[in-house]
Amino acid sequence: MNAPEPQVIRMYEARQEIYPREAKGRYASLRWLCVWLTQLAFYGLPWLTWNGRQAVLFDLTTRKFYLFGLVLWPQDFIYLAALLIICAWLLFLVTAVAGRVWCGFACPQTVYTEIFLWIERKIEGPRSARMALAKQGPSLRKFSKRTAKHLAWGLVALWTGFTFVGYFTPIKVLGAESFTLAFGPWEWFWVLFYALATYGNAGWLREQVCKYMCPYARFQSSMFDRDTLIVTYDAKRGEPRGKVAKDTGLSVNGGSCIDCTMCVQVCPTGIDIRNGLQYECIGCAACVDACNSVMDKVEQPRGLIRYSTDRALATGMSAQDIRRRAMRPRVLIYTAGLLLVVIAVASSLVLRTPLKMDVIRDRGSMGREVDGGAIENVYRLQIMNTTEQPHRYRIVAAGLPGLVLATTDEVTLAGTETRAVPIRLRAPHGAGQAGSNKITVQLTALDDPALTVKETAVFIVPR
Amino acid sequence: MSDFTNNFWNLYIVVLTVLGVLGCAVLLYSQSKYKVAKHNGPVGTTGHVWDEDLTELNTPMPRWWMWMFYLTIVFGIAYLFLYPGLGSYAGKLGWNSAKEYKAELAKADSEYGPLFEKYRQQDLKAVAADPQAHAIGERLFLTYCAQCHGSDARGNKGFPNLTDKDWLHGGAPETIKQTIMNGRHGVMPAMGAALGSDKDIENVAHYVLSLSGSAASDPIKSVFGKSKFSACMACHGAGGVGNQAMGAPNLSDKTWLYGGSAETIMETIRKGRDNTMPAFGDFLGESKVHVLSAYVWSLSNETK
Repeated sequence: MNAPEPQVIRMYEARQEIYPREAKGRYASLRWLCVWLTQLAFYGLPWLTWNGRQAVLFDLTTRKFYLFGLVLWPQDFIYLAALLIICAWLLFLVTAVAGRVWCGFACPQTVYTEIFLWIERKIEGPRSARMALAKQGPSLRKFSKRTAKHLAWGLVALWTGFTFVGYFTPIKVLGAESFTLAFGPWEWFWVLFYALATYGNAGWLREQVCKYMCPYARFQSSMFDRDTLIVTYDAKRGEPRGKVAKDTGLSVNGGSCIDCTMCVQVCPTGIDIRNGLQYECIGCAACVDACNSVMDKVEQPRGLIRYSTDRALATGMSAQDIRRRAMRPRVLIYTAGLLLVVIAVASSLVLRTPLKMDVIRDRGSMGREVDGGAIENVYRLQIMNTTEQPHRYRIVAAGLPGLVLATTDEVTLAGTETRAVPIRLRAPHGAGQAGSNKITVQLTALDDPALTVKETAVFIVPR
Repeated sequence: MSDFTNNFWNLYIVVLTVLGVLGCAVLLYSQSKYKVAKHNGPVGTTGHVWDEDLTELNTPMPRWWMWMFYLTIVFGIAYLFLYPGLGSYAGKLGWNSAKEYKAELAKADSEYGPLFEKYRQQDLKAVAADPQAHAIGERLFLTYCAQCHGSDARGNKGFPNLTDKDWLHGGAPETIKQTIMNGRHGVMPAMGAALGSDKDIENVAHYVLSLSGSAASDPIKSVFGKSKFSACMACHGAGGVGNQAMGAPNLSDKTWLYGGSAETIMETIRKGRDNTMPAFGDFLGESKVHVLSAYVWSLSNETK
């Protein structure tokens, strides 16, 4: 016998094209509701006006973030960290309770894929028509349909890119610019980049993003336990599956599953939920909708595929028991953590003073003696009026007997102005000890005493 | 321009970089295929068996991903061709951070230049009265002058107070501008040996104090010191009123550059003083110095 011929196996596989069938039902409607809510917010927010400016604007050139009445400065960067922490806790909590509902209903990848799929269906028709079209050789009909689809996708993608840039540069100016295509180089780059990302992700990559690229898909299983709600197939009731028997509505083999493969056809990641929980499952519940409509047709009870938990499936728990199991330590800890951060952030936002000051001592001088033996120190006050209104402030220094300002004690700043104000502090002869003395400098708005900041500083008395 | 004193390090980096890129490509290509014998093992494994019965499942990566890897390699080669990265090779585009800095500087100058140019055409006193120019001047002062003269411009030991009417070289707006443009060098020669003994120096110091009517002046010592003061007259004048043409301070007022105690004055006489105000003309350019001069002048003069 000859030695076996060496065979070459490709380690990289070509993508298996998926043509998801349209699902109709409770969860499909819920997903569309999520699409509408998130996209109304995303496309609509930058057009709102507040205080005569764009209500939501992340102005990177002046480094100020406008969120309705709130203006965040680089010094408020901690709130971004807080926002990320809240998002993380929220994700933990939601995942522990209901699995990958974020993936299935609200994730931008899902939402834009849903929109792009809708366009695809409108132009190329339902699943069978799309598959037939794909198999066809080149023809004018195929070419025109494909061109129309990509044009429509491109327009949605461009609008998305335009809206995205509108969060960072005033969108009304951008809108005017778009008529003459007079964008700046960075505006061009980001509009096209974000459009290309939308087009590529929602049009081409789709489930590949969830399967191969998304980091959340990699670690979400660590938040799962046996009481987490998942999309499941009730194998006890469904098996043994087979063709539907005419009289009973059950399969010829006696199980409820009539092997119509509708659940596989609607799946956007191309899995068969009847093989059990798989990491590719994004919890979109399209298979639940599909199976329920089939069960209605064969006059069987719904819920062969349903939201349930691993434990409930094994022990036959009721829906009420499942809800009771939701109150378990893991969920309570996530909830407590989330509440803690939310309360901390909210109170910090409410209590924060929209006025900031740094006291910088002049380093060149250790303190100078003036007429009558009084000692003077020079400081530079870096004052930031983080409100949008002009204010007049009074500067008060304290900490040494007889400590006074030798320069003017009032200063006016325009809205969102930052200024370095030099001041001289004077202490009478004999006040304080030789060396450094702790003092405080306080700044108070004359028209609003709540606008007060107090900073400590050092007053040096020469030896 | 070579950053390396020895060409070895240049080659070292070039070789490492090129080998790194090539290595990635070779690894990627070699790992995309795996040769196995026919009829070897069940379907769905790579045929790789070890530890008796462990097999490696054939779970392939999508091909588009592999192509993205190849694209990154192409990107890397293009980048190394266009930008500096291969040792001391400057890159086809000739980009470097120094050029970028200069370009940004030129851009800022072209943006703000006309504003400064507008002020440069105006009389210094008119510039001083302009609130916007005043604000610009204050920022320039806080950036470039406050290190020595203090944020409040009241100076320090050895650094003149700019808010009073006392000027070493003159306080006319044009003179101030000249001082900032070209700098000043003030030298007081060491007079210790010329004056004689320590006693003589002390006497002269007390005479100098008496010129400004200081209570710290000892009348007897100052009488003895008066005759020796002739050595100082060449610069400070007969009455010690100073000479702005030479930058010699006025000794008959109560403003002191280094301090007004007898000890400090004795030290000045004994060792002399050497003081430099650096020239800012080349660094800031005339138009900025113009605005800055108007601001400094306004510190001791009413502009309204």
